[in-house]
Amino acid sequence: MRNVTFGNRDKMPPTARGTVPAATVVQPLPSASATSDEFLLNIGPQHPATHGVLRVVVTMDGEVVKDIVPHIGYVHRGLEKLFENRTYEQIIPFTDRTDYLSAIANNFAYVRGVEMLLGLEVPRKVEYMRVLMAELNRIASHLLWLAAYGLDMGAFTPFLYAFRDREEIVAMIEEASGGRLTTNYFRVGGFVHDLPKDFFARLRKFLARFGKALNELDTLLVENAIFVARTRGVGVIGKERAVSYGMTGPCLRASNAAFDVRRDMPYSIYPSLEFEIPVGRNGDTWDRSWVRIEEMRQSLAILRQAMEGFPEGEHRARAPRNIEPPAGEVYSAVEGPRGEIGFYIVSDGTRKPYRVKMRKPSFSNFSALPEILRGLKIADLVAVMGSLDLVVPEIDR
Amino acid sequence: MGHFLYDLFYRTDVLLDAWRTAAHQSWAMRGWPVVILDVLFQLGWAAAAAVFLAVNALFIIWFERKLAARIQIRRGPNRVGPWGILQTLADTGKMLIKEDIIPDAADRGVFKAAPLMVLASTFLLFVVLPFGRGLVPADLNVGLLYFLAIGGLSVIGILAGGWASNNKYSLMGGMRSAAQIVSYEVPAVLTVLSIALLAGSLKLGDIVRAQPAFGYILLQPVGFLLFLTASNAEINRGPFDLPESDSELVSGFVTEYSAMRFAIFFLAEYTNLFLAGAFAATLFLGGWRGPLLPPVAWFLIKSYFVVFLLIWIRWTFPRLRVDHLMAFSWKVLLPLALANLFITAVLVKVL
Repeated sequence: MRNVTFGNRDKMPPTARGTVPAATVVQPLPSASATSDEFLLNIGPQHPATHGVLRVVVTMDGEVVKDIVPHIGYVHRGLEKLFENRTYEQIIPFTDRTDYLSAIANNFAYVRGVEMLLGLEVPRKVEYMRVLMAELNRIASHLLWLAAYGLDMGAFTPFLYAFRDREEIVAMIEEASGGRLTTNYFRVGGFVHDLPKDFFARLRKFLARFGKALNELDTLLVENAIFVARTRGVGVIGKERAVSYGMTGPCLRASNAAFDVRRDMPYSIYPSLEFEIPVGRNGDTWDRSWVRIEEMRQSLAILRQAMEGFPEGEHRARAPRNIEPPAGEVYSAVEGPRGEIGFYIVSDGTRKPYRVKMRKPSFSNFSALPEILRGLKIADLVAVMGSLDLVVPEIDR
Repeated sequence: MGHFLYDLFYRTDVLLDAWRTAAHQSWAMRGWPVVILDVLFQLGWAAAAAVFLAVNALFIIWFERKLAARIQIRRGPNRVGPWGILQTLADTGKMLIKEDIIPDAADRGVFKAAPLMVLASTFLLFVVLPFGRGLVPADLNVGLLYFLAIGGLSVIGILAGGWASNNKYSLMGGMRSAAQIVSYEVPAVLTVLSIALLAGSLKLGDIVRAQPAFGYILLQPVGFLLFLTASNAEINRGPFDLPESDSELVSGFVTEYSAMRFAIFFLAEYTNLFLAGAFAATLFLGGWRGPLLPPVAWFLIKSYFVVFLLIWIRWTFPRLRVDHLMAFSWKVLLPLALANLFITAVLVKVL
């Protein structure tokens, strides 16, 4: 194989080379042995398959992946440190920005933690609204995953179908909260606004239509023969390994481990709702896709129940104007679209938290990637990475 | 006058023959070498093919974008010209004025030649393509072989482009493309062979005339599907677009190409799309033959119908994986093509 080089460092004029220390121009990479056919392939931070600024350095043997070294931190903003210098209310919009696809689930986890610290009871209506919003958010997030995954697999049409349906949800969320992605809708004790008047009419319309659209998407992409051939038996991770990597959410459930925060660490009104937890058989890429499709169906069932039982009442509890929780610590977790979103909040009795630690599902799910990928082909790399549904700001925070 | 118009639309062969004979006679009378006239005639064909290539690309790119938009509940281009039909022209203008970037580490000569190699192989296919009665630059007696041989040439340009870019993604794209085109050439050849058996000739003009009114598609339904699949793979279009897969290889062999060099690849790709349709129409759908409408119209209608099928397929399916792609060719298409050829041969002998 011909000697393939990165960049043009050797051809740069001496002055240009002199201005920057050579070591910082090219990051040293683990070198492949000279005798084999192995070579290094740098994927990202600018690559369409990484869905964000993520970088993996892959050691390839022809088209086969030998090893993979992930590099993260390109969008690290030091949010946890920032939290220590913000009041409890000021932190809420930051939680949106850890995962722009599930802002509501992040709001939910954080706000619930603060309420637990305060010992605040929220009205029943608020709980219903939260569940409604969280499930809508889950469907929107899964739809975006489906769209982006379709693109990864070379199918462009499901992308637009999924976006058509997602747009309806986003429009509903926008009308309620004023924001489309970073909604900043939750407040300690409730919501900033009540639901708009025609919310349920729109939701009913959506529920009536979406079941069919979902079947259509399922047939078009997930049940497609080419898709099944590319994902069945590819990127398998067993139950024990998945648990030991701390995987959660659809990625864990695909590996035949029925863990769902909504059922196993119950919160809000979920214990009173009836829904099933779809569990995959083999833990391969196809199972991860199937679990998400099924979860959307379950979310629809939850939405119907929450809509039927929706009570009258206030959209906000009587919370103190200045939030000063008593000293103590709390861990609050909810089931986000990607898995368990946890906030560990330590209060020292002032208006600002002493420490906030975020447990983010994408980080743990991503950590299993090298083990899943070893020995697969480069085309599988894209298929597997997409199936983990990574959101890079959530990995980096 | 009416006679002339009838000839112009329906008997182009008569018209062209008359014109050529008259020109020959007048040159011979003046004592000029007739060879030069023949060369001029061929240059005229080349110019006509070049014009068609450009116009067809303008149309077919717009057609694909509009059709894809319909499939995907969008509107597609609708700003430049009526129904956005001039969008491609605007894009071409943009491509022309963009900076032409050649990477430092690239093999400059090969890098520059690669797009032209691909376009040239595409352009050469027009030599044997019958657009209507007598509307063919040279109806070679080995037309079918010529089509297969030249059709496979584009792989050299693609491989050269991937190699010369000196980029790992491009190289992998080029190598995939080489493997893919070579493997799908085999079932294509075997399928086309059964057509040659039925027609008893390798000359495309004869093949068109030998077909029953409904074309060979009813006699060779499996052959048509095989040919459609194989040619779809040979022109690197979805679901066989692995050499330039966006999500893995970041456009594969065209990653490093920009401006006009990229546009030439693009032009060749869409001309290849048309040619795949045109040859499928010629070999299986009766070519330019058909009632009422002029032969050229029939030819274009049939060709663009096949193009429509290919576009429909592209925007419906996800992409295959590279090993599935190879397995599909060697384990599914090849045995089918062989069986098809065998049955055709037996039936031709018996009947």
